[in-house]
Amino acid sequence: MDTIFGIPAVALYGQLMLGLINGSFYALLSLGLAVIFGMMNVINFTHGAQFMMGAFVAWMLLNWIGLGYWWALILAPLIVGATGVLIERLMIQRLYKLDHLYGLLLTFGLALIIEGLFRNYFGSSGLPYRIPAELQGAMDLGFMFLPNYRAWVIVASIVVCFATWYVIERTKLGAYLRAATERPLLVQAFGVNVPRMITLTYGFGVALAAFAGVLAAPIYSVNPNMGSQLIIVVFAVVVIGGMGSIAGSVLTGFGLGIVEGLTRVFYPEGSATVIFVIMAIVLLVRPAGLFGRA
Amino acid sequence: MNPMNVPASQRIAFVVMLAMIAVSPFVLYPVFLMKVLCFALFAAAFNLLIGFVGLLSFGHAAYFGMSSYVSAHAAKVWGFTPELAILAGTAVATLLGIAIGWIAIRRQGIYFAMITLALAQMVFFFCLQAPFTGGEDGIQAVPRGRLFGVLDLANDMALYWVVAAIFIAGFLFLYRVVHSPFGQVLKAIRENEPRAISLGYRVDDYKLIAFVISAAMTGVAGGTKAIVFQLATLTDVNWPMSGEAVLMTLVGGIGTIFGPPVGALVIIAMQNELAQLGAWVTVVQGVIFVACVLAFRKGIIGEIQAKFGKPL
Repeated sequence: MDTIFGIPAVALYGQLMLGLINGSFYALLSLGLAVIFGMMNVINFTHGAQFMMGAFVAWMLLNWIGLGYWWALILAPLIVGATGVLIERLMIQRLYKLDHLYGLLLTFGLALIIEGLFRNYFGSSGLPYRIPAELQGAMDLGFMFLPNYRAWVIVASIVVCFATWYVIERTKLGAYLRAATERPLLVQAFGVNVPRMITLTYGFGVALAAFAGVLAAPIYSVNPNMGSQLIIVVFAVVVIGGMGSIAGSVLTGFGLGIVEGLTRVFYPEGSATVIFVIMAIVLLVRPAGLFGRA
Repeated sequence: MNPMNVPASQRIAFVVMLAMIAVSPFVLYPVFLMKVLCFALFAAAFNLLIGFVGLLSFGHAAYFGMSSYVSAHAAKVWGFTPELAILAGTAVATLLGIAIGWIAIRRQGIYFAMITLALAQMVFFFCLQAPFTGGEDGIQAVPRGRLFGVLDLANDMALYWVVAAIFIAGFLFLYRVVHSPFGQVLKAIRENEPRAISLGYRVDDYKLIAFVISAAMTGVAGGTKAIVFQLATLTDVNWPMSGEAVLMTLVGGIGTIFGPPVGALVIIAMQNELAQLGAWVTVVQGVIFVACVLAFRKGIIGEIQAKFGKPL
């Protein structure tokens, strides 16, 4: 069999594929964080818990109501996004005039509550979620077998990230959003309901996390802790990319997923920490992040 | 510092605290009290950053846990006496604080919190993989040993007085730092960083020194904890531990002197009461977080301070 740098090519492609999968989740999650941060200046610590909720809602829809994967892909983001709207309306909205750190503390507390509740009801061991029938099996690409579901995750993530980028950067709605980020009072004076826009933006960012959660459900086991470790890595991704640019956070997400995959091939012990190491280096060289504005 | 320059309210509060430390072991279980004292020092060290420099570190578990591991290892494998074991842990926590602080102070606010969290997670993964930490088992059955090779600490009461002395020394040291000219500059940075820079202060140096002091004192707390419980585990170094320091300080009162110890007492007592409820402890902690942020931002001591208009 072929080898590349002394590594069997199949193993290399396999890890690259895994890296792209992880990158898909990093991209979707850091995109949601960036959208929320851009609008509200709040780092949404609940993001990991909301990712986990997306996976659990998919599981509940299937096991309690009998609605399958494709329904979950639409309904779970809507349901979890709606809880996000409630959270913003009832709690986060009270903190905009205060130091931004309070938003971080509040959402951290919410993450503890949500994860604790799910742990109480579902335990920590994890629940299985089957790959939908349409996406079972694998394709033979000639140089490797690509499981259909994994290909779908990558494609779905790219499509959703691109659509989000397009809406924010290229449509009139996006122009309103960006304007409201820069000058909320002025935009409000033009008759745009900025507070409602902020609420919906938060709901949308949360829905993105839930969408990622549904995508993740068949790959990882559905368990209450699935979001909390991931979100810390995503924070590092966000620091590396800088939250100034939507496209930047998506590119950084995919790029770091691939780097992590490659690390797993060449230096497995370092795969858990490579993103943090890159973060430290980026901070030393370019503190504002790769795509950030100083 | 002349004790007479200390405001009367703080002198009274300090005497009350000393009296409580002196009396409580005869009423309450000493191991519980030692846990409170360790976490009180941990929270007070954390408060130096959030309360007096305005930096929210979400990674203090790294220094607490790392010091805990090193102290446990030094006492168990190298046969260090407890005071040397704690010093070894503190030294490593200090070095770690220099490394992480040097990177983290490049950003402020929310980014600072995310960076410290991410770097602490890196320390967590190191501890997960490094052979000396014992992986999921941690380091167990750490000998308490003899203080200075003389005083046997197997006795809970003997150990209690040692832990109380360590806490009081650390507490007074942090008080001295906050009320020194150095501490005044820290507060200036908290209130208006650009102005502090324009006045000619090397703000980054001040931040780094404060960061390292905070990490070192957290290391003292972590090392002492390892000796008290004869145990160092991944729990000490994982991110929820960082959250606990934040929670204790928030409950007690960010930026107050006596708030963090009070917050530590409240949270540890709560954990003790609810221990049999398992994951509900996490939920209750989350609720306290949310409630404090929404309605009780000054914390217990902060509210008392505001009511009487006296510094505490």
